[in-house]
Amino acid sequence: MGKSIMESHNDYILKVSDLSVKFPNETILDDISFKLKKGKTLAIVGPNGAGKTTLFRAFLNLVPYTGKIEWADKVKIGYVPQRLSVSDIPISVKEFLSFKGASNMENSLSSVGLDSKSVLNKSLGVLSGGQLQRVLIAWAIVDRPNVLLFDEPTAGVDLDSEEAIYKMLNDLKKENEITILLISHDIHIIRDYSEYMLALNRCVTFFGESKSIMNPELQKIIYGEPVCVEPEHGE
Amino acid sequence: MILLIEVLIFSLVIAIFVGLSAGYLGSLMVLEKMALVGDALSHVALPGLALGILFNFDPLLGGFVFLFLSAVIIWHLGRVTKLSFETLVGAMFTLALAIGILLISDLEALTEALFGDISQVSLPDTVVAIIISVVAIFLTKIIYNKIVLSMISEELATSTGVNVAKTNLLYLLLVSLVVAMGIRITGTLLVGFLVVVPAAAARNVSSNLYRYSVLSSIFGALSSFSGVLLAGYINLPTVPPGPLVVISGVAIFLIAVFVKWISKL
Repeated sequence: MGKSIMESHNDYILKVSDLSVKFPNETILDDISFKLKKGKTLAIVGPNGAGKTTLFRAFLNLVPYTGKIEWADKVKIGYVPQRLSVSDIPISVKEFLSFKGASNMENSLSSVGLDSKSVLNKSLGVLSGGQLQRVLIAWAIVDRPNVLLFDEPTAGVDLDSEEAIYKMLNDLKKENEITILLISHDIHIIRDYSEYMLALNRCVTFFGESKSIMNPELQKIIYGEPVCVEPEHGE
Repeated sequence: MILLIEVLIFSLVIAIFVGLSAGYLGSLMVLEKMALVGDALSHVALPGLALGILFNFDPLLGGFVFLFLSAVIIWHLGRVTKLSFETLVGAMFTLALAIGILLISDLEALTEALFGDISQVSLPDTVVAIIISVVAIFLTKIIYNKIVLSMISEELATSTGVNVAKTNLLYLLLVSLVVAMGIRITGTLLVGFLVVVPAAAARNVSSNLYRYSVLSSIFGALSSFSGVLLAGYINLPTVPPGPLVVISGVAIFLIAVFVKWISKL
């Protein structure tokens, strides 16, 4: 009995407790607590301004926070941000990927479905939205992380590419036992490509299985006036 | 301003190294959408030059101190206020120009400070310029990718362990050094040109960073070399090197635009 508790304890890759991010006049995140198991995909949902990106920024130590963020040992995080400004910068895909000092560029490009021969020497600024997004994912996985953070990875990408990118993410996850946290607005993507979801609206408004997102009552809760759940339930 | 041949050679050597380093460092300035900042920042040196002239120490040292101080102030204000770099530099530079002009009462000294003077460079000046340029290029090369990454996304840079604020500060320090050196060639009013235009020309004909930074350095060296050479050839007190450097640089820029246009046909 004791052993199985230990094992399940070790299965968690991320434990967040009482996490708050506050600026002088504004509370961005209030008392967030949840746990996530290794190898799962967690979708983070909520209206605009709910603090989703800030949660990621706290994970990456980019904003000051109170509370605890505990990652499992030997965690290596790959991050794909929401916005990039590349149009003015003359930089090739090869140069961009080499910033990470990684040697397996070809592999990571082919695992995101890009032909390295045709893409490596292209300038980032001339890539299509879908190609750029794939290059970003390749960047995130090039040094073999075990956790991926995606901030709306398919914003500005057409529907076909969006579906393809999520399929690819799914395959990556299966092959490499990667844990994925993703921010998305698309309820179909959340239902089809994540196991759990965390609904934020400054506080946690729901935490549970992703398939329940199809429930209209729950959607009202997620995108309506914030009704916080107790931190203990956010697990 | 009659030039001795050895003075001309020293000036040409300084011009090449200043042009190389200004072009290389400037390639980052232009990407940062700080082109205007690079230009305006250089004028901030004038009060420092004035103090040097007034109190009889190397004006370029005074220029460097003023450049770096204002760069740090702007860097700090940019972090604590939400004002844009352009706004801050704009305010700072006009103030500095005004103070500088008030301080320098000697009209000839003012012209030299504003438009450059190569009639008095010595061997030690040349050696110092070479060392500073080489060090500036070397250190910038180390932080080049980090700065580019932080321009693409500050989050990405920070998530890979780049200290964006410190890297930017080092970069500003190096820019201040190179700009202070460039003042001798082009004068404080035109030195910003060396940081901006070679990079803009290189931008037109580059699709990767390596080519871009190398071309920017070469264009910088070419424009300051040919400007100084022209000034030496004309050899008139009324023709300072600064404006000639600018004219050669713009010629290179126009050629680059033309080459791009041709390649698109």
